[in-house]
Amino acid sequence: MAEVPHIPVLRGGREYVSLDTIELFSHRESGGTPVATVSQANAGIIRRDMKKAARRASLLRERPVAELVEACQRAASIFMEEELPLGAAETGGGSQGPADYVESLSATSGLPHTLCRANMLKVASVMENMPRILKGLMRGMELDVLDGGTGKHGDVPVWYTPNADALGAVLPSNSPGVHSLWVPAIALKTPVVLKPGREEPWTALRIARALMAAGIPEEAFSLYPTDHEGGATVLESCGRSLLFGDARTTAPYVNNAAIEVHGPGRSKVIFGADEIANWEEYLEVLVTSVAGNSGRSCINASTILVPSHADEIAAALAERLVEIEPAQHTGDDARLAAFANPALAEMMDAGITAGLEQAGAVDLTAGLRGGGRLRQFEGASYLLPTVIRCESLDHALARTEYMFPFTSVVEVPIDGMLEALGESLVVSAITRDPELVSQLGRSSQIHRLNIGPIPTTQVEWDQPHEGNLFEFLYTRRALQRASSWN
Amino acid sequence: MSSIEAACEALDAHVREIVQWHMSPETGTPVWLDWASERGGDAAGSIGGFADLVECFGNFDGERLRTESHEYWRPRAFADRPFNIFETGGTTGMPKQRIGWDDYKEDYEAFSATLSDASFPPGGYWLMIGPTGPRRLRLAIEHLANFRGSSCYFVDLDPRWVKKLLRAGQGDQAKAYMEHVIDQALSIIKHRDVDVLFTTPRLLEKLGEHISIPDAGIKGVFCGGTEMSPQTVRFLIEEVLEEEVAFHPTYGNTLMGLAASRPLSKEDGYAITYYAPQPRAVLRVTNPKRPDELVNHGEWGRVELTTLTREFFMPRFLERDEARRCEPTADHPWDGVGEVRPFGASEHKIIEGVY
Repeated sequence: MAEVPHIPVLRGGREYVSLDTIELFSHRESGGTPVATVSQANAGIIRRDMKKAARRASLLRERPVAELVEACQRAASIFMEEELPLGAAETGGGSQGPADYVESLSATSGLPHTLCRANMLKVASVMENMPRILKGLMRGMELDVLDGGTGKHGDVPVWYTPNADALGAVLPSNSPGVHSLWVPAIALKTPVVLKPGREEPWTALRIARALMAAGIPEEAFSLYPTDHEGGATVLESCGRSLLFGDARTTAPYVNNAAIEVHGPGRSKVIFGADEIANWEEYLEVLVTSVAGNSGRSCINASTILVPSHADEIAAALAERLVEIEPAQHTGDDARLAAFANPALAEMMDAGITAGLEQAGAVDLTAGLRGGGRLRQFEGASYLLPTVIRCESLDHALARTEYMFPFTSVVEVPIDGMLEALGESLVVSAITRDPELVSQLGRSSQIHRLNIGPIPTTQVEWDQPHEGNLFEFLYTRRALQRASSWN
Repeated sequence: MSSIEAACEALDAHVREIVQWHMSPETGTPVWLDWASERGGDAAGSIGGFADLVECFGNFDGERLRTESHEYWRPRAFADRPFNIFETGGTTGMPKQRIGWDDYKEDYEAFSATLSDASFPPGGYWLMIGPTGPRRLRLAIEHLANFRGSSCYFVDLDPRWVKKLLRAGQGDQAKAYMEHVIDQALSIIKHRDVDVLFTTPRLLEKLGEHISIPDAGIKGVFCGGTEMSPQTVRFLIEEVLEEEVAFHPTYGNTLMGLAASRPLSKEDGYAITYYAPQPRAVLRVTNPKRPDELVNHGEWGRVELTTLTREFFMPRFLERDEARRCEPTADHPWDGVGEVRPFGASEHKIIEGVY
């Protein structure tokens, strides 16, 4: 790897070194040397490049879907194992192997190596399992419908047309696993226009390089590290886009059918009255739901709703979660991620402290952990796992989501459970009560429902929970052909 | 004597002449006659050069140009001539106003000498797309075109309205307005033989999304109004103008006139450095915390403008811009201002508008 690699903009696969750059630093070394220089695309470049979107899409559409799927599968091992180009050729180039990728990703995202590798596996798994994932997205339809647009689904004739010449994705810096969501677009014959998170250009670039190395045309990949205006331009100029961000970032786009918003998940674990007495059996499900991937995902549980036993559950969960402490970032036992931006950690800590000043909430982890929630370790800032016992869902901390292991435990009468849920990306319902299961099954506010002791973080990729990428990228239309014309 | 020393001497002589002009009973301006009277003695005579001007005057309070009467700013030498009233750019509320007669003609005739006949051909047609209305720029551009034997079309853009829309969070409306402006410009370009454009970077970029600017017959563009980073300049030159159209960035406003850019080059990283039309105007880069001090060459500071013409004397006005202080050149043996951007841009996002 070059000493300080210069990560270029990719304009339909073509490297472009911008005069606007930012430097990325390791969150563990204040004032240290940069780990990368990153070219920044101005919005005009993105708008100009999008004029070529149709031509770039045609390069993918002319390839048989089977060929694209096979390339995706080949890319999985390339992504996991191979040395891939990193720096721009005109600035000295440089490449990156998997160990360098993990180190760089850890340095700028705060994730320990264990979680970097776990996310890496998640991305590779999507590539590897592309046939099964497409089958899930396309509800079992034969994939070659994508080649001609027409075919049969069962014995029903279908005609699908693409909605967009490119899929835009405005991506976050906090967890590389979300890149799994856009990867199937390539097999669905749609080029991608990626705006990586400011601190995390690594994953988008590595996936793109792996797919190119596996034979996908380079024109299918545009990577624009850019500012807020550039991000908005990606959303405006691609026919379909994914947007990741907090509630404030995503609010202007929630009613835009061309933009699929991935905001806070507000995922939950709930107990039915029938299983609440057995709660101790399910403690591990709670721990994984709250603390898996260091609580960084929108599928991490941020609220636990129970009909009774809230005090005992919250206390027991707190005892388990305080065991999770900052560890050496390269160690196999590291489960907690640092904050790449220490100010963000301080802001969240202050927000929780302010919330606790309102009556009706107690931090059950505070007394157990010894010391404050905000911790310095290896020169980095960490927020330690936190369990808040809230008396009511109306408390400010009861429905708050943070990007570290944080949850509230709230007692809700069983007949008010469904109403209390609100919009929830994932609900793990620990109940066998047929009436409650039936009610949950009719809810339009739950995007993934796990029945039984399944952690909220356990995802089966052939069942999309946050929009169906195939349906997002294609529309079914009606096509009739006179029989005499065959 | 070096060219830099010669330029300093010329500036000092010009300062003496202009201060005498504005403080003499025959030609003087009421505002400066009052200043001299309050100071007592031979106030004008005590100012022997630019250094004395820095010594004698604090930073100019621009609010005076919103509130004081035009007559207070009218030199007695121009008592028998009606004046133009020009307003500053994109602010809301009561604008700053400057009165004037021939300054804009002199400024732009001097600027004309920096333009080549090949890229700004005499006898053709120009199109200005940008803030016209009460701004000096509108008359100045038309005069520049006329001075070069050309005529000019105009498409107006009201930056005050754009700022209001953006502050109200109505970005969609601002964009729709910009499209409206571009539509009008496209109509002119389609139906008339335009060979020169004056516009803002954003509008130029937008125009280039609709047409190939060189294919439309445009040979020269000069551009100003908002900040232009080196990357923006490179993008405009390489992609929007397809490296076929001459590109001249300009920095100016109603209070100063027009500063030309040093020739741009890929080797310099497309960095723009502007040089004031000294001695008629002086641009300095000052320490934001101690505005009497200059920053060192290569360092960032706040831009300070002094205007020194017979029509208008305004010492040491702090612009709302910051810049890097740049070394003199052979063509401009005085300091330049480089990479101009809104003051505080490095610390927070400034609304510059969609225009």
